[in-house]
Amino acid sequence: MATTTAPPQTRSRSLLSRPTALDGLKGYLATTDHKKIGIMYFWSVLVFFFFGGVASWVIRAQLAAAENTLVNEEVYNQAFTLHGLTMVFLVVMPLGAAFFNYLIPLQIGARDVAFPRLNAFSFWTFLFGGLFLYSSLFFQAVPNGGWFGYAPLSTQIPGDNMAFYAVGLQIVGIASLSAAVNFITTILNMRAPGMEFMRMPVFVWMSLVTNFLLLFALPIIAVALFMLNGDVVFGTQFFQPATGGDPILWQHLFWLFGHPEVYIMILPAMGIVSEVMPTFSRKPLFGYTAMVFAGVAIGFIGFGVWAHHMFTSAVGPIGRVAFGLTTMFIAVPTGIKIFNWVFTMWGGKVRFTTAMLFSVGFVSMFTIGGLSGVTHAIVPHDAQQTDTYWIVAHFHYVLFGGALFGLVSGIYYYFPKVTGKLLNETLGKWHFWTWLIGFNLTFGPMHMSGLLGQPRRTAVLPGELGPDVLLYNQLSTAGVAVLTVSALIFLFNFITSLRSGEASGDDPWDARTLEWMTPSPTPYVNFYEIPTVTARDEFWERKYAETEDGVVRPVPMGASQDHGEPVPVGDTATVEGTGNASAVPDDIAVTEDVALAKVTSDDHGGNPDAADDDHHIHMPDPSYWPLIMCAGFIPLGYGLTFAAPTLIVLGALWLMIGMFGWILEPLAEGDDDYDPDAVHA
Amino acid sequence: MRRIPSRRSRQRRTARGIGLAVMALVLAGCSGEQTMLDPKGPFSQDPDTLFKYVLIVAAVVFVFVQGLIIFTSWRFRRKDGDNDIPEQVHGNTALEIVWTVIPLAILVAIAIPTVRQVIALAEEPDGAMVVEVIGHRWWWEYRYPDSGVITANELVIPVGTPIRLEMRAEESGAPDRGVLHSFWVPALAGKQDVIPGRVSTLNMQADEPGRYLGQCAEYCGLSHANMRNRAVALEPDDFEAWVAAQQQPSEVAAAFAGLSAADLEAEVVPDGIDQEVGRGYYLFQSANCVACHGQINAEPVASADDFVASQGPNLTHLLSRREFAGAIFDLYEREDPDDPNADFTDQVDVEQLTAWVTNAPSQKAMTPEDGVGMPSFEPGTDNTGGLAGGLPPEDIDAVIAYLLTME
Amino acid sequence: MSAAVEETSMGIDNRKLGMWVFLGSEFMFFGAFITAYLLYLNTTAGGPTGEIFDIVYTSISSFVLLMSSLTMVLAHNAHVHGDMRRMRLWILATALQGLVFVGGQAYEFTKFVNEGLVPTGSPFASAFFVLTGFHGIHVTVGIILLLGLWSYTHTGKVKSDQPLKTEIIGLYWHFVDIIWVIIFVVVYLIPWG
Repeated sequence: MATTTAPPQTRSRSLLSRPTALDGLKGYLATTDHKKIGIMYFWSVLVFFFFGGVASWVIRAQLAAAENTLVNEEVYNQAFTLHGLTMVFLVVMPLGAAFFNYLIPLQIGARDVAFPRLNAFSFWTFLFGGLFLYSSLFFQAVPNGGWFGYAPLSTQIPGDNMAFYAVGLQIVGIASLSAAVNFITTILNMRAPGMEFMRMPVFVWMSLVTNFLLLFALPIIAVALFMLNGDVVFGTQFFQPATGGDPILWQHLFWLFGHPEVYIMILPAMGIVSEVMPTFSRKPLFGYTAMVFAGVAIGFIGFGVWAHHMFTSAVGPIGRVAFGLTTMFIAVPTGIKIFNWVFTMWGGKVRFTTAMLFSVGFVSMFTIGGLSGVTHAIVPHDAQQTDTYWIVAHFHYVLFGGALFGLVSGIYYYFPKVTGKLLNETLGKWHFWTWLIGFNLTFGPMHMSGLLGQPRRTAVLPGELGPDVLLYNQLSTAGVAVLTVSALIFLFNFITSLRSGEASGDDPWDARTLEWMTPSPTPYVNFYEIPTVTARDEFWERKYAETEDGVVRPVPMGASQDHGEPVPVGDTATVEGTGNASAVPDDIAVTEDVALAKVTSDDHGGNPDAADDDHHIHMPDPSYWPLIMCAGFIPLGYGLTFAAPTLIVLGALWLMIGMFGWILEPLAEGDDDYDPDAVHA
Repeated sequence: MRRIPSRRSRQRRTARGIGLAVMALVLAGCSGEQTMLDPKGPFSQDPDTLFKYVLIVAAVVFVFVQGLIIFTSWRFRRKDGDNDIPEQVHGNTALEIVWTVIPLAILVAIAIPTVRQVIALAEEPDGAMVVEVIGHRWWWEYRYPDSGVITANELVIPVGTPIRLEMRAEESGAPDRGVLHSFWVPALAGKQDVIPGRVSTLNMQADEPGRYLGQCAEYCGLSHANMRNRAVALEPDDFEAWVAAQQQPSEVAAAFAGLSAADLEAEVVPDGIDQEVGRGYYLFQSANCVACHGQINAEPVASADDFVASQGPNLTHLLSRREFAGAIFDLYEREDPDDPNADFTDQVDVEQLTAWVTNAPSQKAMTPEDGVGMPSFEPGTDNTGGLAGGLPPEDIDAVIAYLLTME
Repeated sequence: MSAAVEETSMGIDNRKLGMWVFLGSEFMFFGAFITAYLLYLNTTAGGPTGEIFDIVYTSISSFVLLMSSLTMVLAHNAHVHGDMRRMRLWILATALQGLVFVGGQAYEFTKFVNEGLVPTGSPFASAFFVLTGFHGIHVTVGIILLLGLWSYTHTGKVKSDQPLKTEIIGLYWHFVDIIWVIIFVVVYLIPWG
C-alpha cells in the first residue's frame, strides 16, 4: 500500500489517465502537492471552525440566564458534543496538519512528502469524515454523548447519534493515522543533505513527536471505536454491564488516546512559537537542545498520565498516587519550554508583529493553563474540580489560549510564504487584542464559576447556585461576543489581504530557517535546488556572519558564508534576494535553463554536484485516485452506522478497487519532470 | 418545553441585569451555594487546605512568570530604526538546570502531602454509618441498611458521624441499563463516580447541621442537568427521630392493608379515610403507579430485609422531603418565592406536584418511551405509561390527595 | 520520487520505512484488542467458555500460516536472485497457505456460532470474534496484496530487479504471522476459568 509511483516505462491500462492539471478546480481535486493539500486543510478548518463556533453560541446563550429554556436539553447536549468534537478533531488537529503539510517539506528541504498520494488520501478522508459526522444533522442524529462518549451511556442512547460518533471519528482517525505514517517517513527520510536531527527546526521536531503520538495513540481509539460501534449498532457486549462488560475499559482506552491527544494538539503550536519567537527576537531559540528533549519528554510522559482523567472513576489509591505524580512531573518539561521561550526574547531585539504578539500571548495564556493543570494533580481536590467549569477553564487555556494562539501566530507568520502577501498589521493587532480580551473574558470567569460549584455538561444553569455563578456565566457569554467580533476582524483581514494585501517579498521577517529561502508564494517545486544544510538556522547563517570582534553583520548578496567577507549593509531588515534561489523574479517567464542556471550558480551555497546529475526535477504527478478511493468511506460509513451489509460490502469493494486503481496508475508520460514553463508562463 | 410558572419564577430573580450582579459581587464577595471553597466536614476540609496552599504557590509562580514575560517584552522591544543584531546566544546550561530543578522541588513539596491524603481518604473511617447510594437516570436513591429506610434526592445524615457511601448505578432494578453518574456534595466531600456493575465508596461527614446542595457531576444523558441532590445534616437526636418516622408505614396504606380481598375488589374505602384519598389509593394501583414506585409501605420497616426495589422513588414518606423530581422542583413553597435558596414553608406546592403527575415529561426532559423516566398521564398526549387515554384531571386530583397523606 | 532517483536520509526506501512505521501502529492496534480479550477471558455470561476451542485444529491452521512466512522468505530470496519463476511459485504458495488459514478460520467461526458462541453473547465472545476477526481481515488483505504482486510480475509492473516490492509485502505478511503467534498463545494456550 505504500507504493507511491510505478516505473515510468509501464504501459498498464488504467481506468483514468493520469491528470496533469496543476491549476483550477481540477488542480485541487487531483493534487498531490503538499502545499495545496495544506491550503485545503486550512479552508476546511475555517468552515468547521464556524460550525464549532455556532455550537459554542448555543451553549453560551443557554447559560446566560439561570434555569433558561432557550434550547432544550437534547439540543444543548448535541451542541456541546458537537462543539467538542469539532474543535478537537476538525479544527485544532487538522489546523496542525495544515502546517505539517505546508511546512515540513519546506523546513527539511524536500520537494514533497514521502507519499504524496497518501497525503491527498489523508486530506480527503479527513474531509469526508468531518462531513460524515456533520451529515448526522440531516438524520436528526447529532452525537449527544459528549466528545468522550463514555460507555455505557453512549451505547444506550436511543437513535443513531452515537453510531455517527463512532464511525465519524473512526474515519477522521484513519486520515490522521495515514498522515502520521507519511510525516514520520518524510521527516526521517527526506531531509536535505546536512539536515541532521539536531539541526532540524523545532517545528519539525515537535511535528515528529506529534506524529509519533498519533501513530501510537490512534490505533487505541480505533479499537475503542470499533468496540463502541459494535455495541451500538451490532449488539456486541464490550461495555455492557449486564453480561459482565466493563464500562471502565472504554475510559482506559479513550484516555490512553485522549491524553496524548492533548499533546497532539499543543505540540504543533509549541513548534510554531519556537519558530516565531527567534525570528522576531533576532536571536536563535534559547536552549534548542533542551527544547527538543522537553518536547520528546512531554511525548513520552504524555502516554503515562491518562488515568488522571479517571481519579473519581474506578482507579484505586495506588493508581491515584502514581498518575497524580506523573501528572505533576509533566509540568517540568513544560516549564522548561516556557522559560526557554522567555529567554529567547531576553537580550533580543523583539519586534512585536501580530505573529509575535500571538506567540507571546501563547506563552502567557498557556502558563495559566499549566498552573491550573498542576492543581488537578492534587488528587484529593481533583475530586472536587473534575467535571466542573474549573476544568473547562483549564483546558480552554491550554487548547485555545495555547494551541489556537500558537496556530494563529503561525497563520500570521506564514501567510506571506503561502500567498506572497502580508496580512494587514493594523487589523492584525485589533484581532490580537480583541482575541486576548475576548478569550480571557470567556474562560477566565469559568475558573470562578467552577470553584463555586457549576458542573459542566449541564443544559440548565441552576438558579440555586447563586447570583455570582450567574454573573460569571454572563461574563463568559459576553466574552464569546467579543471573540466573535474578533474572528470577524480576522476573516475580513484574511480575505482583503488575500485579494489586495501588500506584497511581502520572499523573506519579510528576516527569518532563520530553510522555508524562507524559497520565493513567496512557494513555487511548485519548493526549491529550485535542494540546499545543503550546514547549520541549525541555515538561512540566517547564510545571511549573517559573525566578525572576529563578535559583531554580527549581514553577508553581502552573492557571497556565501564560507568565503564571503562580512560587510556592513544599511538596512538588514529587508534581505530579499540575498544569495539564494529566491532571486528568481516572479514576473519573468523562467525557462528551465534559467532556473537551472540559477541553482547551479555559485552564489547559492548549495551543492554544485547535485544539479549536475539530473537537470530535471521530479515532482509527483497529480492523481484522482486518492479522492476516488476515499469516497468509499461514504458507503462504508453509512453501512456501519445503519447496520446495512450491502453498503458495507459496497464500501469495502470501492476501497479495494480504489487501491488497485492507485497502484496501477501510470505516471503521466513525458510529464513526469518539472517543467518551469508550465508553472511560470 | 412547557413548565409551569413556579419554575419560571426562579428565572426572574436570576435574570437580573449584570450591573446589579456586579454590585452584589462586590458587596458579597465570592459566594455560592454549591461552592467547593467552603468545606463543612473533614473529608472536604483537608483537600481544600491543600488546594489553597497550592493556589498560593501557583499565584506566586503566575506573578513571576507573567511579570518576566511583560518585563522581557518591554525591556527588549525593538525600537524604531534599531537594526542592530543582538548577540546570538544559543542557551545557558546553568539556567536550564535552574528552571528544571526549582519547579521539580516545588512539585515534590506538593506531591508529598498529596500522596498522604490520597491514602488517608481511601480508608474506611472508624465508626462509619453505611448508606447505599443508587444512581438512576435522573435521580438519586438512598437506602439505610441499618434501619430499612429508603428515600430519594435528599440524603439525610447525622452531624459528626462519618458516613460511608456504598454507591452503584441501577435502572429498572437491573444494573444493565444503568449509566455512569457522579455523586457530589461539595461542602462535604469530593465527587465519586457511580459505575454500573461496580460498587464505589465515598466518605463524607458534616460538622454542622444544614442543607447542602449537590448535583450529579458525570454526564448521564438527556436530563443530566436535572439530576440534583441534597445532603441534609441533622443533629443526632433529630436524625434518630427522622429514622423512626421513616420506619413507620403510611397510615392510609396500612388502613387499606386491613381490608379483605373482596373489599379491595369492590374498591371499598376504610373508615376514617377520606373518599377522595381512597379513590386515589385505588388509582395508584390501577393507573400502574406501583409498577415503578413500588407499594407504599403498609408495615413498619426495620432492616435491609425490608427494602422494596423500585424503578422510581419510594413515595411512602414523600412529604418528608422538601424537593422532588431530582430535586429540581420544590415540593414545599419557599418563604421568598423568588429566591431559589430561601427557607421552605410548610405549604405544599400542590400546583407543581399536579403538573408533574399529569405530564412529567413536559416538566423535565425524559424518555419514558425508552424506559427512562415517568410517562405522561395527560389525556391526548403520547401516553407511554401503558394507560390508554391517560387520566382525567379529577383522577389526577385524587392521586394527589392520596400523595398528600404520605408524610 | 522513486528511490533510484534520490537517496534518502536514513538509507532506507521510503516505502519500506513507511511500512515499518505503519506496523508500529499495528502493534498498538492488536495490543489494545488483546488487552480487551484478556480482560474478558472469563466474562462469558453463562455462555460457552474457551473450552469450545479445538486446539489441535487451530494448531494445524496456525502451523500452515507460520509456514507461509517461510515461503514468503523464499519468494523474496528468489526475487532478489531474479528468479521470477520461483518467485511466482512461492508467492502463490504463500497466498494459498493464507487462504487455507482464512478458510479454516471461517469454518471455525461457523462451528463456534453453531455451538452458541456468538459475538453478541458475552464480552468474551465479542472480544474473541473481534480480535481474531480483525486478524483474519489482515490476512485477507495480505492475500490480496500477494495475488496482486503475482499478477503484476506478468504485466511487467513488477520486474525482476525490483525485489523491494516483494520485501515490503513480505514485511507486512511476517507481521501478520507474528501477531498470530501472540494471539494464538493468548487465545488458545492461556487457561481460562
